[in-house]
Amino acid sequence: MRVVIAEDLALLRDGLTRLLEAYGFEVVAAVEDAVQLADALRTCRPDVAVVDVRMPPTFTDEGLRAAIAARAERPGLPVLVLSQYVEQLYARELLGSGDGAVGYLLKDRVADVTTFVEAVRTVAAGGTVLDPEVVAALIARAPDDSPVSRLTDREREVLGLMAEGRSNAAIAAALFVTEKAISKHTSNIFMKLDLDPDDVGANRRVMAVIAYLQG
Amino acid sequence: MSTVQVAPPLGGESFVAGVRRRVALTGMSVVYVLLAPLAVVMLCVLTTSLGVAVVGAGLLLLLLFVPLNEQLARLHRHLSGGLLGARIEAPYARAGRGSPWRVLRSWADDPARWRDFAWTWMAVTIGWALAWIALGLGLLVVWYAIFPLVHAVTPAGTFDMDYGIYRVDSVATSFLEWGFLAVAFGLWWYLEPVLMRWRAELDRAMLAPPRSVLERRVAEVSQSRSESIDHSAAELRRIERDLHDGAQARLVALGMNLGLAEELLATDPDAAARLLSEARTVTTSALGDLRSVVRGIHPPVLADRGLAGAVQALALDMSLPVSVTIVLPGRPPAPVESAVYFATSELLANIGKHAAATRASIDVGHDGRALWLVVEDDGVGGASLATGSGLSGVARRLAAFDGTMDLVSPVGGPTTIRLEVPCALSSPKTSPSSATD
Repeated sequence: MRVVIAEDLALLRDGLTRLLEAYGFEVVAAVEDAVQLADALRTCRPDVAVVDVRMPPTFTDEGLRAAIAARAERPGLPVLVLSQYVEQLYARELLGSGDGAVGYLLKDRVADVTTFVEAVRTVAAGGTVLDPEVVAALIARAPDDSPVSRLTDREREVLGLMAEGRSNAAIAAALFVTEKAISKHTSNIFMKLDLDPDDVGANRRVMAVIAYLQG
Repeated sequence: MSTVQVAPPLGGESFVAGVRRRVALTGMSVVYVLLAPLAVVMLCVLTTSLGVAVVGAGLLLLLLFVPLNEQLARLHRHLSGGLLGARIEAPYARAGRGSPWRVLRSWADDPARWRDFAWTWMAVTIGWALAWIALGLGLLVVWYAIFPLVHAVTPAGTFDMDYGIYRVDSVATSFLEWGFLAVAFGLWWYLEPVLMRWRAELDRAMLAPPRSVLERRVAEVSQSRSESIDHSAAELRRIERDLHDGAQARLVALGMNLGLAEELLATDPDAAARLLSEARTVTTSALGDLRSVVRGIHPPVLADRGLAGAVQALALDMSLPVSVTIVLPGRPPAPVESAVYFATSELLANIGKHAAATRASIDVGHDGRALWLVVEDDGVGGASLATGSGLSGVARRLAAFDGTMDLVSPVGGPTTIRLEVPCALSSPKTSPSSATD
């Protein structure tokens, strides 16, 4: 799988390259600013791009803007955005930049190597990955009288993992239960939140849950 | 217009420069003479409308003419301040907001408005007279200077003079009038700056903030300064403590874990693996600590998107729907952005904690003088600025920027809070920062 990495700090850029190569990814370009990123996306045609939010020249959010611009130019281009901090605002902008094939994670998550690599694969395959911190904030902002409050603790846990973009198998592994138990939970959640049960495809499910939580 | 000053330059000036300065001062006297009729209008209208203020029409006239008089006074502050080589500050208290009645009440309570009114009396009496005399002196010089010419071009006899001891009736004798020119020039030379200075000093005495206002202002400024110093010292202590107990401690633990894992790698690989996995968890929590410290210092979204984006981000974090309307043609200075951001954050947190509101709104704009931000919610109201409350802290911190906070929160709601911070906006471009991510 061909990856483009955009990260301005050499230490992290090399680390990411080494990590992804160790898991069989082919890093076709590792660039350090948004302009080079746009060039690399055009010339290398990668399967997925891993992009840092803050890059030169202004060190604000050009990584994010570059990712959204690239997805406008080439719809469905898989981009995983990494940042030292997460914002609901940016999550919304990224999710709004096309249907799926997008991820938004804290840089900290890289330390959990297997989950991180899984996230890169999910995004490359057209899925959606959201950082647990974004999801936690989304669930926390559900008003006290919303149907979310009628979920059991376990169901809420599953809801969060669904919103992060995990598959039933991944959720089952994370919670140490069987996949069958998880699918029971998910159908309960869909019923209680009055979501369309047809939205079972991996990405449609994430989008439905997030759209619900964003209100 | 007001580049001329009544005082000669410090290093002295040449005769030519002295003449030029006095000519310019005479020009200014014309301006004062021409502006006086406006003051007459103000005087008449304001006096009449005060007299009939009991009926609505008087109040309407006041609403219209008090600001007009303020503009006239402002122009005179500018002109006279220029003549004196000093800036004359506007002394007005902040006008009330909302109903015209509240505005009128706040004007009535503001001594500066009454002093403006008194000033119109001065401007149409002694002020006008001084300007006329200053102008007259200049005209006198001109008249005597051109007298021989006038005498020559007008029909014989029109400007003949009979002073008893001699007669002016021919071209040759008409030059005798230049004797008066010397006197007129002398008067003009010595009195023109004096008269114009009196005029300007009178304006300053009546239009500048009185001493008591300035003293109060100094007291306010020193209090808000010491409060903001206290506040930032406390903030620095808090940051130091957060780093010491949080990220630093975790990094120490991380070092220990890694060292131990290194030792155990050969003898007990399983234990080493456990320690490494623990080390990974510790890095995550250390990063979390650092993130919260950074948010407390300068939220990254504020650096990225400015006040507009940061306020939107705050609204998105609320559990109730918050509509945001922001019309800002540029960016306020960074310290103001930061202060207003933290104030907004505090206000929203208050709504979340106490208001029991179902919706809220934030409006942000700039009226040319100040940045304003209005937060409204439909909650239970009853918020107060009593000392010790979060709101009083917000007001205190805004005071460091000459900012103000107005609170309207009747019991039963709704609550409206308006923040205002005087500042200019920079042109709308992203400013580079040196931070890295």
